[in-house]
Amino acid sequence: MSFEWPWQYNFPPFFTLQPNVDTRQKQLAAWCSLALSYCRHHKLYTLDVMEAQESPVFNNKKIERKLSMEAIQVVFEELRKKGNLEWLDKNKSRCLVMWRRPEEWGKLIYQWVSKNGMVNSVFTLYELSNGDDTEGEEFHGLEDWMLLRSLQALQTEGKAEIITMDDGKGVKFF
Amino acid sequence: MDRFSWSNGLLEINETLVIQQRGVRLYDGDDKAKLDVGVALLSTHRLIWRDVKNHECCIAMPLSQIVFFEEQAAGIGKSAKIVIHLHPVPANKEPGPYQHSKVSYIKLSFKEHGQIEFYRRLTEEMNQKRWESTPVSQPIHTGTGSQAGKTRAVGIVGIERKIEERRKETDKNISEAFEDLSKLMVKAKEMVELSRSIANKIKDKQGDITEDETIRFKSYLLSMGIANPVTRETHGSGTHYHMQLAKQLGDMLQAPLELLSPEDLVNACKMFESLKLPLRLRVFDSGVMVVQLQSHSEEEMIASALDNVSEKGSLTAEEFAKLLGLSVLLSKERLLLAEKMGHLCRDDSVEGLRFYPNLF
Repeated sequence: MSFEWPWQYNFPPFFTLQPNVDTRQKQLAAWCSLALSYCRHHKLYTLDVMEAQESPVFNNKKIERKLSMEAIQVVFEELRKKGNLEWLDKNKSRCLVMWRRPEEWGKLIYQWVSKNGMVNSVFTLYELSNGDDTEGEEFHGLEDWMLLRSLQALQTEGKAEIITMDDGKGVKFF
Repeated sequence: MDRFSWSNGLLEINETLVIQQRGVRLYDGDDKAKLDVGVALLSTHRLIWRDVKNHECCIAMPLSQIVFFEEQAAGIGKSAKIVIHLHPVPANKEPGPYQHSKVSYIKLSFKEHGQIEFYRRLTEEMNQKRWESTPVSQPIHTGTGSQAGKTRAVGIVGIERKIEERRKETDKNISEAFEDLSKLMVKAKEMVELSRSIANKIKDKQGDITEDETIRFKSYLLSMGIANPVTRETHGSGTHYHMQLAKQLGDMLQAPLELLSPEDLVNACKMFESLKLPLRLRVFDSGVMVVQLQSHSEEEMIASALDNVSEKGSLTAEEFAKLLGLSVLLSKERLLLAEKMGHLCRDDSVEGLRFYPNLF
């Protein structure tokens, strides 16, 4: 299914950081929403800021408009404040994008586990994210750091326990 | 680690949670603490740590215990850490997991990232020191009080003392500087009284402003460096010449006038309202001044700008000027005003500055 762009994407002013405060708030909200849906659609978990400037999200070649580096940083800061983004380095060149919060992932994983009657089984992290059994599930391909956070969320709810095994981590579901 | 006390982990009234981070292991100096990996919580008042599996295992330390802290970069097989240097143990400290530590520092090891944000927030809280202004019920040691009968170690405590001295010095300098300012304020007070009395007289239309008051006012302004005060008051009872000029302008706006200095023109325009003429001098945010008919309300201008832009899809200042037969300067001011009111938005690119209806 191809990605559906929101109407703002083809509206040239969308690519200029608006000076009017109220207008800017609405503009940034739309940008955050677009960035997150795009990452969700393409299953992107990390973003490199330099690369982002050239990616279609921030660069609409059809109307010949792109978001300036300054504006991209403003959008990223908004995402960070909302808890959807975390910087990986001090220079703010790479970031983690959480278009789904760990709690939400945890819920999906647990649903799959209980649906398949696999409660009380032990899984390695690899089996969950890359196993044949989970192919077709939304969390298939989930990156390790995100998977771990999601399992921790389940652990806090008492639905799972993360265990350390010889060659890595695993998890037991209750 | 002997600075920590057992805690129930509950926040006090006035205490707010700033950030929490999972996957944190504590170190007593360079050695791993005899605790598992847990959650580190930073509040406005304390640093709290709680075991993930056993929620009852929870310890806390007041932020005032912290002297300074620094980042320790991650290495191969090693997570990034924050190293926190601490004041000596206060006498009234509640019991905790450690009776006595040989060293005065702890480390927080971030096994699941988050150290950058945690460091940033910790820096903010240590700068703001919100715990000082909103005390909580649990005893909090300030760390800078004297401890009679205990010999001081040099080093960190010495640094801390220097910081305190510098702060006192800065405070003293600021207070001295403000002494001059308070003298100025006394003078200003006289001026303010006079201005107020003049303004009231104009408002109540009671009696004329005496010549004496006018002279006093002008002399104050002169001493501040305003040579030719252009005020409504002075021109409200202004010169005969400017009054005549204003009337002429009102009657025959289009007719060619003799050579006129801009200053005289502006001064005359400022009298429109007081002479009850149907013209107004309007000053935009940018400083641009225009003469416009009184009937031209702001709403009308903005509405017509929006109509024009919507009809054409988008407009530059030049295109708008041509459409209305106005100067580019004036038409740009109108577009900017409509943008300020939220009716238009802008598209700024290599092709130039263009205005669109605000569809956001």
